[in-house]
Amino acid sequence: MISSCKQTSLLLSQAQDRPLGFADRLRLRVHLVICERCRRVSTHFAFLRTAVQRYRDGG
Amino acid sequence: MPPDIESSITPGAIEDERGYLLRYALLQLRNPAQAEDAVQETLLAALEGRERFSGRSSLRTWLTGILKHKIIDHHRRSGRERPLVSADDDRAEADIVDALFADDGHWREFPADWGSPATALENSRFWKAFELCLQRLPERTARVFTMREVMEMSTDDICQELDITTTNCWVMLHRARLTLRECLQLTWFDGQPS
Repeated sequence: MISSCKQTSLLLSQAQDRPLGFADRLRLRVHLVICERCRRVSTHFAFLRTAVQRYRDGG
Repeated sequence: MPPDIESSITPGAIEDERGYLLRYALLQLRNPAQAEDAVQETLLAALEGRERFSGRSSLRTWLTGILKHKIIDHHRRSGRERPLVSADDDRAEADIVDALFADDGHWREFPADWGSPATALENSRFWKAFELCLQRLPERTARVFTMREVMEMSTDDICQELDITTTNCWVMLHRARLTLRECLQLTWFDGQPS
C-alpha cells in the first residue's frame, strides 16, 4: 500500500530520531520514488538539522 | 592532572565560552534573563569544579555538559510551578500540521525547491529569519525540538524527562520540523530568486 504524504512526512521526521524498521524503510523508499513533494521535504528536514547545529555553534 | 591542562582552564578561558553558552541556553530557555542565570551558574560551577575537568573533552564540551544539567533543572522547577501545555494548546498545534495536508493526506501546496539551501547559511539575514522562526515555535514543541537538536538528547531520554510517550515525542518533533519549514519558506525562501 502507498503511504500518504502526511504519513511519509512523519516517517521522514522519525528517520532523524530513530533507526527505522525494515517495513518503514521500504514504505518510505517506495513513496519517495513516486513523490517529488516528499523528496523535497526530505531535503528540507536535513537542512533544518544542519541549520540548527550551525546556529548553536555560532552561525 | 597534567599541569598543561590545569593551566588551560583559567577563569579567562572559561569566560571566553560565555557567548556560546548563552546562545545555547537561550535556544532552550527562550528568556534572556533565565538564560543569563543558567550561564552564570554554569560558569560558577565550572570555576569551583575546575579540578574535575579531565581534559579528555574540550573545555566547551565540558561546560556544555554542566549547562545541560542547569537547563534541565530549570525545566523541572518551572514544570512544577506551571504545566507546560493544555489540551487547547495541543489541539492548536495539531491544527498547524493538519492545515498543511489535504483530507487525503497529500500536501496542500507543492513544497518549493530550496535549491542549494546551504548558501543561506552564509547569509546573516538568513540567521535573523531563522532565529525568529525558532522563537515562534509553540513553547512545548520548541522544548522537545531543542532537546533533540541542540542538546542532541535521544527521544527516549526526552520522553522520560518530560513524561510523555515516545509516539507523542515523534509527533511533536514532526510538528516542530514542519512548522519551522513552513516559517522559513514564508520568511526566507519565498523571497529568494530561484
